[in-house]
Amino acid sequence: MTMTLSSPAPGPAPAEAAAWRQSLGLLWRDKFAFAAVLFLILVAFAACFGPWLLGPAATKINLLARNAPPMSTQLGWLYVLGADSLGRSILARIIVGAQNTMMLAGCAVVASLLIGSLLGFVAGYRNDWTSGVILRLADILMSFPSLLLAMIVLYVLTPGVANVIVVLAITRIPIYLRTTRAEVLEIRERTFVVAARVMGASPWRIVWKHVRPTVTPTLVTIATLEFAFVMLSESSLSFLGLGIQAPEFTWGAMVAQGQSYLGTAWWVAFWPGLAITLTAMSLNLLANWVRIATDPVQRWRLETRSPTHG
Amino acid sequence: MSGYVTTRMLHSAISMMGLIVLVFFLARLTGNPTDLYLPIDAPAEVRAAFAKANGFDQPLLAQFQTFLGNLVQFDFGNSLRLERPAVDLVLQAFPTSLILAGTAMTIALVVAVVAGSLAARNPNGVLDRFVNMIALAGASLPNFWLALVSVLVFAVGLRWLPTSGTGGLSYWILPVMVLTVRPCGLLAQVVRGAMISALSSAYVKTARAKGVKKRVIVFVHALRNAMLPIITVAGDQASGMINGAVVVEMIFGFPGIGRLMMESIQYRDFAVIQAGVIVTAAAIFLLNIVIDLAYALLDPRIKHA
Repeated sequence: MTMTLSSPAPGPAPAEAAAWRQSLGLLWRDKFAFAAVLFLILVAFAACFGPWLLGPAATKINLLARNAPPMSTQLGWLYVLGADSLGRSILARIIVGAQNTMMLAGCAVVASLLIGSLLGFVAGYRNDWTSGVILRLADILMSFPSLLLAMIVLYVLTPGVANVIVVLAITRIPIYLRTTRAEVLEIRERTFVVAARVMGASPWRIVWKHVRPTVTPTLVTIATLEFAFVMLSESSLSFLGLGIQAPEFTWGAMVAQGQSYLGTAWWVAFWPGLAITLTAMSLNLLANWVRIATDPVQRWRLETRSPTHG
Repeated sequence: MSGYVTTRMLHSAISMMGLIVLVFFLARLTGNPTDLYLPIDAPAEVRAAFAKANGFDQPLLAQFQTFLGNLVQFDFGNSLRLERPAVDLVLQAFPTSLILAGTAMTIALVVAVVAGSLAARNPNGVLDRFVNMIALAGASLPNFWLALVSVLVFAVGLRWLPTSGTGGLSYWILPVMVLTVRPCGLLAQVVRGAMISALSSAYVKTARAKGVKKRVIVFVHALRNAMLPIITVAGDQASGMINGAVVVEMIFGFPGIGRLMMESIQYRDFAVIQAGVIVTAAAIFLLNIVIDLAYALLDPRIKHA
């Protein structure tokens, strides 16, 4: 499978292959993590092909099925989770809504990861006034309650897809920035980096070739956790009516829509919320598993990390 | 040590100034309140009078200057919507949110420390797996959905608790519970991880060899050393509480700072937005300094040079 990805890099390749085999074994042994990965593959599939397969079904208004209760297949399997106030199938809407939900969270995570870690590399490697400026800017962002910042910015910019991504990304930049900086501060004093510097390597080369590979596993773990967090934030924004606007929808917007029917048709708000929960939980399980799977290599990081960092 | 605190205060002051600039201009970018507060067919003279009365006829920089001048005298201006001093409104709403967040955070910490420590005593045991799963589920629950589901179950279904509003103790149970769940889940995982590594260290083996009781080893020797990461995450969660408070106060109709801010943003009530953000940020800065001091108190090796 993934092991056959033969990279020309000499040296650590066999160890890497062994590590992969070991982690696949670990994944199979940890049934919860295995189930989480399966569920995430299912969500990814829904996000990629959902609108193409069920696009019309998710928007088709069917007044006969208005607020149809779940767990009944009288109206066909599409209505197994019930229908909303316009008689649209909730199952179809969850599958189609996966695309927007995943796309918004994914883009925001990638954007904040790239910007945050880049700033973190600069702040960590150049421990001078630039570092001070970057850290103060991060402080400002972190002391502004993120949901309020998002609300104000979305009132300024109008809630479109791109703006929601921008807002979500901005509020999460400090996490990557502080983690990367803490790691870089520690790594740049380690012997292999000092050796590279003595041999005359340029700062960019040192950061790219020596520091980045050491920091990447930590950043990937954080990004996995952040994906869950950002998805929950986006849902909160959608719930407050500030996410992307109708006719586009995400799972959070579906919960918001169901809020007014809570007493009469609980399923309208319940199922999309459950989808959010299960996805977030799978991501958390996966991140946990990744951390354990990479533990033997990473242990020094946990042991040598000074608590004031990050 | 005192030099460190001074540096931190200085940094906080710089950030605070940046924040003041940011919130002033961002708030004004959201639009002109004149259209919102006057009827659509209001004549131009009325509009001009409204703008003049509230200082909106001045250039933006002049408005900023006036705002800063008043701010140094702790005058945050008047609320447009409620025609009362903005700082009064904020300070009136703040205790409600503080009690809400404080109670939720305390419960989360106590439950997480006890459950996480007990789980860490026997990694991969039955209790550990159970605590881990519950903690993971808790950390993954969107709080607005949890709020709706708990209203559905406890208020609509079982009729044990009121759906929303303010009043006696029973009105607090659901909001506090909803706010507790996510920090508690996250913290329990951190406690568990930190305790597992603390319990595998040499001084724990020594204590065990000396015949110290297991309970004492876990809750005295190991916990104290596991406290640092716990405090870091607890601090992050505490400053993030305002986000949860916005959602929870909206759903449960609680007159706290989150709801006040949300409404002020909707009504372009600049003075209240500014006062709210500044007061919240001051509280967050204070919290961060206290956390840094707690580090030094817990671990004498950390000397802030």
